[in-house]
Amino acid sequence: MRDTTKTKILKDAFIAATVTAILTVPLIGMRLKVESTGLTLHKDFMWPVIAVLVVFVARLVLPFLLIPKVSIPAAWSRKAADHRKWWLGAFVVLALVWPFTPLGSSTMLTAMTMAMIYVLLALGLNIVVGYAGLLDLGHAAFYAIGAYTYALLNVHFGFGFWEALLFAGLSAALFGILLGFPVLRLRGDYLAIVTLGFGEIVRITLNNWDSLTHGPDGINNISKPTLLGYEITRRARTEDGTTLWQALGIDYNNIYQQLVLYFIAFLLVVIAAFLINRLVKMPIGRAWEALREDEIACRSLALNPTMIKLTAFSLGSMFAGFAGAFYAAFLGSVTPASFGFIESAIILSIVVLGGMGSQRGVVLAALVLTLLPEFARGFAEYRMLIFGAVMVLMMIWRPQGLWPASRRRVELPS
Amino acid sequence: MDTLFPLLLQQLINGLSLGAIYALIAIGYTMVYGIIGMINFAHGEIYMIGAYVGLITITAIGTAMGYPPWFLVVAALGIAIMVTCAYGWTVERFAYRSLRGSPRLVPLISAIGMSIFLQNYIVILQTSRDLSVPELITGHLFSIDVGGFEVSMSNSRALILLVTIALMAAVTLFIGHARMGRACRACSQDIRMAGLLGIDVNKVISFTFILGAFLAAVGGVLIGLSINKINPFIGFLAGIKAFTAAVLGGIGSVPGAMLGGALLGLVETFASAFLPTEYKDLVAFGLLIVILLIRPSGLLGRPEVEKV
Repeated sequence: MRDTTKTKILKDAFIAATVTAILTVPLIGMRLKVESTGLTLHKDFMWPVIAVLVVFVARLVLPFLLIPKVSIPAAWSRKAADHRKWWLGAFVVLALVWPFTPLGSSTMLTAMTMAMIYVLLALGLNIVVGYAGLLDLGHAAFYAIGAYTYALLNVHFGFGFWEALLFAGLSAALFGILLGFPVLRLRGDYLAIVTLGFGEIVRITLNNWDSLTHGPDGINNISKPTLLGYEITRRARTEDGTTLWQALGIDYNNIYQQLVLYFIAFLLVVIAAFLINRLVKMPIGRAWEALREDEIACRSLALNPTMIKLTAFSLGSMFAGFAGAFYAAFLGSVTPASFGFIESAIILSIVVLGGMGSQRGVVLAALVLTLLPEFARGFAEYRMLIFGAVMVLMMIWRPQGLWPASRRRVELPS
Repeated sequence: MDTLFPLLLQQLINGLSLGAIYALIAIGYTMVYGIIGMINFAHGEIYMIGAYVGLITITAIGTAMGYPPWFLVVAALGIAIMVTCAYGWTVERFAYRSLRGSPRLVPLISAIGMSIFLQNYIVILQTSRDLSVPELITGHLFSIDVGGFEVSMSNSRALILLVTIALMAAVTLFIGHARMGRACRACSQDIRMAGLLGIDVNKVISFTFILGAFLAAVGGVLIGLSINKINPFIGFLAGIKAFTAAVLGGIGSVPGAMLGGALLGLVETFASAFLPTEYKDLVAFGLLIVILLIRPSGLLGRPEVEKV
């Protein structure tokens, strides 16, 4: 009896090592390079040999080890986080104070402003994926629609940022409704593919509709946002405009402008987080979560699944539209290349990593995933590889995310 | 009128060979969906890996060594199939198996993660540049003059059609008659019941992934030999289009995937004959949305009833 298990382990280890060899020898061991002489193949079998040996030994040893079920511990103790919302206050104070410490350099401000845009995008996607349980793979499409709405309104009609912000959100929401209405009646995983297709449709259209979007070159010279009616650029765009710096009586400095942009981004994030937080507590928010858990039960309680999904989908798209408008204003230019599937995938992995349906988790994950490339050099090359691996590993080990939301519950007094 | 007919004839030939590739990939989607009800998002990347392994094999053997081209093609196909099947199996074993029985969103996200991972894995290992595949299959099967307009079919396109038709026949026979094929059909009807009746469900699911990878690898190698250019991003677009083909034919149905692939290929080439080429990809996505609107169960699919 013992003997047969021993041969079985040996056989398993042998098979695993063979599969590893097949997997690694051609793709890791042989690399194609384009050289002046044409296509050449560089062979280096060090890594495949290491991989095969590691897998073989691991398969031999593993059955004799008692492996505890792996689980990544939650980032913080759940009880403390739930009752006292210390993290909320700490986050706001930190976000307001750090630019005035020595950390507040120009590069850090730019990075943090981009991080805030991702927080906003992820908060929007969290409504769709986290609360309503609809997999949206085309979030970047609504981001693009928001960005181009502001860009076009600004360049052609002279709209300011704050007026156009409203239209950017509305047009993204409108596209969300137009796309969602036919598709949301279908099974959930069709939505994933259709949104993915929609994302590509939007990108390809922006890339090719030269007369409107200037194709791959994109739209340039988009105005920066104003603050309380004052412009934040070096010189006012119009004759009678005043810049904030003239009003305050200080000399223009590039870093002041970045500071103002960062605070506007932060303000948008706070407003969005607050609104979404209230929405989730309203009947509609409860309906999203109920629908995510059991659609048939919802339908038998006379909730209209299509309408409920549609509100979640269009609201999520609206926040992406806001993020897009700010992105266009922040960079001053938009190109279709910034809104590919990769963007949608990054936003989705933020939501997954933070914990679907957990706002605090999503904020944390957005900051970590967007700031990590700034700190870790050489990380950029492996960024998408790691994102992909993180999505798989999180689903296997910790599908609820790093900092999951606590479930609301009411207990009957016994 | 004079040039329209030969143009249509030429597009028919191009469309069918393109559709054959979609059909090969679509079978992988449709069988996995039929049995475990998930969209194997990483399937397009499996096809891309097939194309890369094919090119690596051809480069490793070398075109200058004096081997005949057919030998290189056969070697590329054989090795690509072996490696790609191993990838298909490994992906299922690691990224999906432990997630069986969890909410639908969970394996789907894992699949998307796997797709992103595999795409960037190839980008890092084999660079993201376009690599040119040597033209091993040259010449034309026929080239006829129709009203002053040349209609031709290259040998590489003919090979695609021939291999695809042969594989389709083999797959149909296998699923209809072989023991494993019967097990697949049983699992797609009711996986729990099949398990209770003594079918090794894990083995069937692994087999489905391996068969899907097999067909995708053939598609990948053949497309590389036909259009002579590959990059790590071909899998993404081909994957979505093949999925569209599977939905068009009725997801879960193997003949549906074949029909859907052929139809999609034809629609796309005919559309690109009359529309600016940049909008070619829009046709597939637009078609997907339209089918889901009008007939979500596809041409040959059964409408799905959700059970409590």
